[in-house]
Amino acid sequence: MTVSANQQYCTFSVDGMCFGIDVQKVQEAIRFQEMTRVPLADPTIRGLINLRGQIVTAVDLRLRLGLTPRDGDRQPMNVILRTDDGPVSLLVDEVGDVLQVNSDQFESPPDRLTGIAREVVSGVYKLEGCLLLILDTERVLEIDESKLENSHAA
Amino acid sequence: MDDIVKEFLVESTENLDRLDRDLVRLEEDPKNSETITSIFRTIHTIKGTSGFLAFKKLEALTHVAESLLSKLRDGAFAVNEEITSALLSTTDAVRKMLATVEQDGTDGEERYSDLVDRLVRLNESNGGGSSGAKSEAAPNNATAEVEKSAPVALASAESPAPTSAPNPESSVPEPVDAAAAHAHDSGHHHEHDRAARSESEGAPDPTAALASKITDSTIRVDVELLEKLMNLVGELVLARNQVIQFTNQVGDVQFQRTAQRLNLVTTELQESVMKTRMQQIGNVWSKFPRVVRDLAVTCKKKVRVEMEGKETDLDRSLLEAIKDPLTHIVRNSVDHGIETPEVRVAAGKPAEGTLKLRAYHEGGQVNIEIIDDGGGINIEKVKAKAIQQGLLTVDQAAKMGEREAVNLIFHPGLSTADKVTNISGRGVGMDVVKSNIEKIGGAIDIQSKLGEGTNIKIKIPLTLAIIPALTVLCHGDRYAIPQVSLLELVRLDGEAARKGIENLHGSLVHRLRGQLLPLVFLADELGMMGKRSARDVMESITDEINIVVLQADGRPFGLVVDRIQDTEEIVVKPLGKHIKNIAAFAGTTIMGDGRVSLILDVPGIASRAGIDAERVRENELMAAQNTHSNSAEWRTLLVFQAGAEGRMAFPIGAVSRLEEIKRDTIELAGDTYLVQYRGEIMPLIDIGSVISVRGSGIDLSPGGPEVVHVVVYTCEGRNVGLLVGRILDIVEEQIQARRETTRPGVCETLVVQGKITEVIDLKWVFDQIRHLFTEATLMGSTR
Repeated sequence: MTVSANQQYCTFSVDGMCFGIDVQKVQEAIRFQEMTRVPLADPTIRGLINLRGQIVTAVDLRLRLGLTPRDGDRQPMNVILRTDDGPVSLLVDEVGDVLQVNSDQFESPPDRLTGIAREVVSGVYKLEGCLLLILDTERVLEIDESKLENSHAA
Repeated sequence: MDDIVKEFLVESTENLDRLDRDLVRLEEDPKNSETITSIFRTIHTIKGTSGFLAFKKLEALTHVAESLLSKLRDGAFAVNEEITSALLSTTDAVRKMLATVEQDGTDGEERYSDLVDRLVRLNESNGGGSSGAKSEAAPNNATAEVEKSAPVALASAESPAPTSAPNPESSVPEPVDAAAAHAHDSGHHHEHDRAARSESEGAPDPTAALASKITDSTIRVDVELLEKLMNLVGELVLARNQVIQFTNQVGDVQFQRTAQRLNLVTTELQESVMKTRMQQIGNVWSKFPRVVRDLAVTCKKKVRVEMEGKETDLDRSLLEAIKDPLTHIVRNSVDHGIETPEVRVAAGKPAEGTLKLRAYHEGGQVNIEIIDDGGGINIEKVKAKAIQQGLLTVDQAAKMGEREAVNLIFHPGLSTADKVTNISGRGVGMDVVKSNIEKIGGAIDIQSKLGEGTNIKIKIPLTLAIIPALTVLCHGDRYAIPQVSLLELVRLDGEAARKGIENLHGSLVHRLRGQLLPLVFLADELGMMGKRSARDVMESITDEINIVVLQADGRPFGLVVDRIQDTEEIVVKPLGKHIKNIAAFAGTTIMGDGRVSLILDVPGIASRAGIDAERVRENELMAAQNTHSNSAEWRTLLVFQAGAEGRMAFPIGAVSRLEEIKRDTIELAGDTYLVQYRGEIMPLIDIGSVISVRGSGIDLSPGGPEVVHVVVYTCEGRNVGLLVGRILDIVEEQIQARRETTRPGVCETLVVQGKITEVIDLKWVFDQIRHLFTEATLMGSTR
């Protein structure tokens, strides 16, 4: 991964962890939206939202990373990503600032990162006070559909 | 000028821009077969259209170019600079001819015979034209030699700069710099328009300025922009709705007037924006009668065109995408399908063939059929051709089914025409048709009967079409069902809900006017109820059943939902990447209140649920078994104890409800027991005493049991409570042994669960107590 000297990341938190996505890939961040659930879909797909007339699929990052589901009363926020197939929303706990980081601080993902997180984190910035995990958005949105049909084959 | 000519001009100029790009790309990557195929198709299309618009010179030129390209495509020889130059020259020549067409409606006097010769020579000499050494020479020299030292006017890859040399093919020198300069233009439309205009301006014809307006009167707008517009209008509509709601709370007249105006303008805006995307399929069809006529004349055939469903609305982009495939199919049908009058008459058909175009919405899709009553497809011939061309081994061909074999015609390069005409037979066509239709997510199916005709059916999704849909609720979510699949709505209430659903060997059905309607419970189908057996589902049925009767592939089935709401017009939007593989859904839409709803895919749900021909047949078979007595039939019976030891049963279908009634609510009037039941007075009959079972007689005296069991039976709109001793079981069993009537009131005797059980003839019982209802007191209080 090539990183320019100063890269800007849109940051957000999920289950106490701090994540960042290249600001260029983020269309916008919006508060919780009412969702229409999609039966038979992969469980990480929480539903569909109406973003100014455009229908956007919302993927729950907690579930995608295999973390515990959010408390019932806590409403997630939407980080809308730009993709080749139109916008997709990532549901996160809290949206943070846009941070400018120096490539000096960039490191490849730590070994202790395991499981799904390992697959979707492309690197880490060691910032003061926190570790910023950089998400590979393409990987995050690669939801295996093949296992879907199996789990629902009646 | 003819609409068709205008369309041809707009389309061709656009194609030419692409051609320039493709040719340059081809020179960079001469082995790219995709590019060659693309060029080939473009030229093929122009040739075809100019052919039936009678632009003979244009057709002649593109025909030789196509022949050359055909060899390139088949890999007979490789692309070299000479060929590219010649093809670029062709592009420019075509462009000039089109300019002439735009000016005076003819393709001009110029024959471009030099260019034609050059193309023919390249074709015949397998791309050489000159020796290998020479073709390695500087491209300008090489081309110059082929052109008999004529100056090279048209930009080749090495000389992209504008050149103002006179046109070598033209006998009268004519300024062509603009056109030549744009030979390498990357093809911005307005750029091209400018080129076209400057060409017209260069001509002395005073009508030029007027004629060139054709390309100016319409503008091409990015579909994405239209889509964005439509989304924004959708949002505006929602905001408008909120304002209108607010208006009712505010008394201000001025505000109300403004809101009213906003309302009107928004509605109009919405309609207009919708219209920008929608077009009737008739727009494309309108040119077919002409196409068919001209083609029929050429082939000496008689063909009548029939159209059905011209007004079927289609999204603009889809219409655009199916235009070429449809044209190909229509031309094929006339050229290959329909026979000459002599052959037809000999085969006992009317001399005039019929080509029928049919379009209709079905199951959230647009279906287009092209039906001819011609000779059909000779499967053996197709197979033979495929073997001959190495597409198939003899062994494979022998094993191949009829359907598969017919679909071989979609294979690139396969043509069944015996000779290559300039109408068809080059093996281009059906593969293009297929790939174009699949590109837009559609499917094509072909059915053919030798001697009777061919039916080609195209199904395309209506990605953005607007359809009326029924909204239903299921498990708290709202779903839209395309109304085209809808047959009727059935609501079963109270006892009807309980007895309206039957379990036929694990599959649930409803008897709808004597026909068995297989049922699909939406909540189960969407995986929201976990795994439930048919019996679990039956048991969950409460007071109300809503059945949406749908049809998938011509077979009806009932979709059970929680509630049926409204019908409304919805704009179908495609499913996102992550959910598009779920067969149960056809798309998504935004409802009037701004919330997203999923659109059900009716055929998808039917096949998921296994509602297919086999299952329907199976059900019909079972129904037949059920009505006619059969030694091994399945029945559901309510078994109860009558008297001390008698086992009796009712067919469950006859039972409206089972009730437990407190003894102290039972009143006596004369010698009849009555109970107030659901707002009416219902007589209670001791079934045991009516049929005289030994030891019967239910004790209704104060010393008897607190609660009695009552089976409510409804006949002729009246409820009768049948007192039974104890309900033993509800059994669904295959009945093996039976004996016909033994005594009055019993219609048959069966062995159920290994025990003799008498089935009560409820009709007979009712007849015994009919007199109760003739009494005035009861009459007045029953329905």
